[in-house]
Amino acid sequence: MVDPIKVYPAKPSKVYFYGTCLVDMFYPDAGMAGIQLLEREGIEVIYPEDQTCCGQPAYTSGYHDEARAVAKAQLGLFPENWPIVVPSGSCGGMMRKHYPALFKDTADDVKAAEVAGRIWELTDFLVNVCHIKLDDLGEPTTVAMHTSCSARREMGVAEVGPKLLGQLKNVNLVEQVRAEECCGFGGTFAVRHPEISGAMVSEKVDTLVDTGAKEFVTTDCGCLMNIDGYAEKNQKPVSGQHILNFLWERTNGDGGKQS
Amino acid sequence: MSETAQHSAHHIDVKEFHPRARAAIHNPQIRQNFRKAMDGLMSKRKSAFEGWDLETLRDLGANIRMRALANLPDLLEQLEQKLTENGITVHWAADGDEACEIVRDICVARNARSVIKGKSMVSEEMELNHYLEEQGIEALESDLGEYIVQLAEETPSHIIMPAIHKNTEEISQLLHDKTGTDLSHDVEYLTANARLQLREKFMNADVGVSGVNFAVAETGTLCLVENEGNGRMTTTVPPCHIAVTGIEKVVPNLEDVTALLALLTRSATGQHITTYFNMISGPRKADELDGPEEVHVVLVDNGRSTIYQDDELLDTLRCIRCGACMNHCPVYTRVGGHAYGTTYPGPIGKILMPHMVGLDEGRHLPTASSLCGACGEVCPVKIPIPDLLVRLRQEAVDGDKLHPAKVRGHGAKRGKVEAMIWKGWSWMHARPGIYRMGTSLGARFRKLQPGKLGGWTQYRTAPKLAAKTLHERMKERSQ
Repeated sequence: MVDPIKVYPAKPSKVYFYGTCLVDMFYPDAGMAGIQLLEREGIEVIYPEDQTCCGQPAYTSGYHDEARAVAKAQLGLFPENWPIVVPSGSCGGMMRKHYPALFKDTADDVKAAEVAGRIWELTDFLVNVCHIKLDDLGEPTTVAMHTSCSARREMGVAEVGPKLLGQLKNVNLVEQVRAEECCGFGGTFAVRHPEISGAMVSEKVDTLVDTGAKEFVTTDCGCLMNIDGYAEKNQKPVSGQHILNFLWERTNGDGGKQS
Repeated sequence: MSETAQHSAHHIDVKEFHPRARAAIHNPQIRQNFRKAMDGLMSKRKSAFEGWDLETLRDLGANIRMRALANLPDLLEQLEQKLTENGITVHWAADGDEACEIVRDICVARNARSVIKGKSMVSEEMELNHYLEEQGIEALESDLGEYIVQLAEETPSHIIMPAIHKNTEEISQLLHDKTGTDLSHDVEYLTANARLQLREKFMNADVGVSGVNFAVAETGTLCLVENEGNGRMTTTVPPCHIAVTGIEKVVPNLEDVTALLALLTRSATGQHITTYFNMISGPRKADELDGPEEVHVVLVDNGRSTIYQDDELLDTLRCIRCGACMNHCPVYTRVGGHAYGTTYPGPIGKILMPHMVGLDEGRHLPTASSLCGACGEVCPVKIPIPDLLVRLRQEAVDGDKLHPAKVRGHGAKRGKVEAMIWKGWSWMHARPGIYRMGTSLGARFRKLQPGKLGGWTQYRTAPKLAAKTLHERMKERSQ
């Protein structure tokens, strides 16, 4: 499912930022952190105002006509040839992997393929395009990381998060057992099959707690909402945030203050 | 197909996936048995492929299977011709019932009263044991796992390890109750006893029924992979051997088997090679001392040729039945094989069974996945299982006017309310102004957000809307 070979672009002067609906409504701090990290790398960030959602919830539920209508509204937002960076492996995967299939046999097929080819998951972009160097200003801490399944298997960026965290000298990264196993989010799956999803997330939280880390970071807000929501409801001694928040807070001189 | 519908009457109701899954999740013994077994299988597979260029090997496996499927009609004709030349009688069955009748007719012609069986998932599709019993013919499973499942009057919960849902204690108790062996946790003792009981059955069986892992068209060879030697006994001791197989199991050349076998055993059980690998090329010849007098092959369609007609769904037929997708599936690990209520459980079952039972019966199957992609990642022949799950979800709700659904029973899951919700969702998200207004209002009135959201908040707190959306913050920033 992962591209056999990824051809990274040269570091551009501008990028489009596709924030995703979950970041927009629930985790805007993660989006701001991503934007500020990019800007600190000297990249001008263009945030298309008319962005809404990539269409994935309807797509994975089988409602492809409805997904296509929403996805079509996104296709026109990136007229210049700048890379499009997404703070999510899941939405990134939708746009990079599934847009070409969704627009097959339509007048937008070429455009969809062209947009898909410019989609990059943000942490991957920071490491492999920006070649970011992080200077850790935070207190010593221990964290675990949960890489989303789509970041791992669709976007092929599983090794990127640990690389970023590895640059932070005061951060001790610990790995939970079965780190590569799904947290049970799966979009509408969590609602359609609550017991199965609940069993999956409870085991994920247990393995995170077992690492001894009090906090975890993740590449995707869906997983974050799921894992953190379970830990909170069941009063488990672990809480999470988006990896972009974590990186920005630890490397920005003013303690994570956002403009 | 009407015959298949008759057959499904013996099945557990596929539609009742939810209650069975719930029951399994709340059964600590089931959870523990599967977790332990799947963890073991995943780790064995991983070590078995160490030092291999797995991606290249998987590409090779996928290409062999794709090439075979591309030429399937010709290969089947070639296979029939070569098998016939080798003295093997070839039968064609449109569905499970027809296949059962063929087996019965062979048994009746030989006046056979007892059948010994090697492991065969196609015979499970056919519900052959049940059928033969009705015909007054005894059918006994000789694969240890299948034997246990048969004694327990259950169905296999895994395609490779049929009794994986049971631990040693449960098996010991079952063997004690049904066959009078001593209660023991000594696996050697239990196995030896079962072997002893089966040995006599082998000697007296009139017919042996087995499955097939690969059928080689160029040579007319039937390949059978197994660990217990029961497959070899089944196919050589009784005077008549009947192999049942799906029509998709054919490969063009003998050399194709080497790569597929390397992938199959490592993916399935983490073995470099199984204890036995049988290559069956015909009945006993005049100058030979052993082997069956008659060998038959029943080539079973049972919905496969319908799957074959769709360029995307066709990939389903690449499967070599290793079971790695279920071993790595976080859903299968939680609910176990019986929850699915289907012959084939787990990810492969979710993409295969809707074709066999219809999407109306099997409408929940494709939804029972978080689309995590672990199955597709380990599949030795690179079946894009998550993509096929999405395709079947679309078929289940008739969700794509551009690509009309075609699987039997399509559209059965389309509900008026859900369809309206997605229409409304789509309308709002395709209109940026409306979306921004809606999300801004949500942020402003976030205190009114309901604290309970169905299944979500059964296990988690409700997601918390931020005070300002990213859109609003970016707008403020630009001013």
